[in-house]
Amino acid sequence: MRGLWSQANPGFVPPSSADFDFAPIFGDSILFTKPVLLVFLSVIVAGSFFTLSARKAAIVPSKLQFAGESVYTFIRNELGRDVIGPEFMRFVPFLFSLFIFILTNNIFGIVPLLQFPTMSHIGFPIGVTIFSYVTYHYVAIKKHGFSKYVKDICFMPGIPKPVYLILTPVELLTYLVTRPLTLSMRLFANMFAGHLLLLVFTLGGEYLLTSGLILKFLSLFSFGFAIGLSFFELGIQALQAYIFTLLTALYIAGALADEH
Amino acid sequence: MFSKFGFLASAEAGASPVIPKPAEIAVGFIAFGILFLLIRARAVPRFEKAYKDRTEAIEGGLERAEVAQREAAEALQMYKAQLADARGEAAKLREEARAEGSVILEQMRTTAQEEATRITASARTSIEAERQVAFNSLLNEVGALATELASRIVGESLDDVARQSRVVERFLEEVEKSK
Repeated sequence: MRGLWSQANPGFVPPSSADFDFAPIFGDSILFTKPVLLVFLSVIVAGSFFTLSARKAAIVPSKLQFAGESVYTFIRNELGRDVIGPEFMRFVPFLFSLFIFILTNNIFGIVPLLQFPTMSHIGFPIGVTIFSYVTYHYVAIKKHGFSKYVKDICFMPGIPKPVYLILTPVELLTYLVTRPLTLSMRLFANMFAGHLLLLVFTLGGEYLLTSGLILKFLSLFSFGFAIGLSFFELGIQALQAYIFTLLTALYIAGALADEH
Repeated sequence: MFSKFGFLASAEAGASPVIPKPAEIAVGFIAFGILFLLIRARAVPRFEKAYKDRTEAIEGGLERAEVAQREAAEALQMYKAQLADARGEAAKLREEARAEGSVILEQMRTTAQEEATRITASARTSIEAERQVAFNSLLNEVGALATELASRIVGESLDDVARQSRVVERFLEEVEKSK
């Protein structure tokens, strides 16, 4: 795809955002590109893993159930109960789905053969962010009523009046724009950058292999780095899934709180 | 130069990576929606059920153990009380028996004493009576015998001592025979 193997060596072409564009695997619909298919694969993988592990719901869990339950318990207790508080149970299915969906898609970035973090296409994080966005606004409006919610955002109680001149636009911007934007951007950018980094070292190693003898030897380091970075990426992928879910939980907790 | 490193590469690669493709937003939205519905319907309720069952099993077990322990303690208390009762009862019975025994012994002793006294008294009375009878009869007989003997001695010669004693012996023999 990149002409690296052509006889006339064109010099190293660094990976770019073009490497994130995929032609449809068949037909010309965008619905049959690799990222889209990976997203649906993630639904199948995550969905079947957790439904299967929950299937028996035994008091003494099997290994599979234990694995599924560990993830579920972590989200339920650390992000649901501890962050949202007494009403958390309503949001556990959402938070849990959020976490495993993002996690699965992120981990695709280092799964051999798949090797593409789907969240590095910003459309997917945005699609998920819509859920968070709608949820925390909906929860707040349902809890406090629309007018009180808007009033709470625009005029935070216990603040000197002149400060509202600055604070009101900032708060409005935070609730309506910054939150969803940062939520999707953070996830997208981390995955994008991580994948780019891996590309640099793998493509670099590949390039070095086609060069002179000493450079061939150096390609070992490049590949070694790529492998090390893959594990580093695994940490980031899990962390980003966690952060996305944590922030959503915090926004929901804020929406449920009496005072903002 | 810069265009080779990413964001500004849109000229050669189409859209910039920060510009979302509407189709991908829709796919992300739908895919997550499907997963959410699936997880909400099939995973969360069962995990929760497992939780609940486990909590109940543990709490139920603890409760049952507590009940069993309480029951055991009660039973022990009861047995101890019963044992103490039984001991008390036994001691009381022993005491009673002892008291009763001594009473009986006393009674028997008294009775025996009385009987003995009575027997002694009656024996004495009858002996006295017999003695009286014997004495009376002896008195009569001795009188008669003495009279007879005297008449015999008088009848024979009174100077011969040997004869006299013979007479007495003969007389006694006759008396013996006549009995």
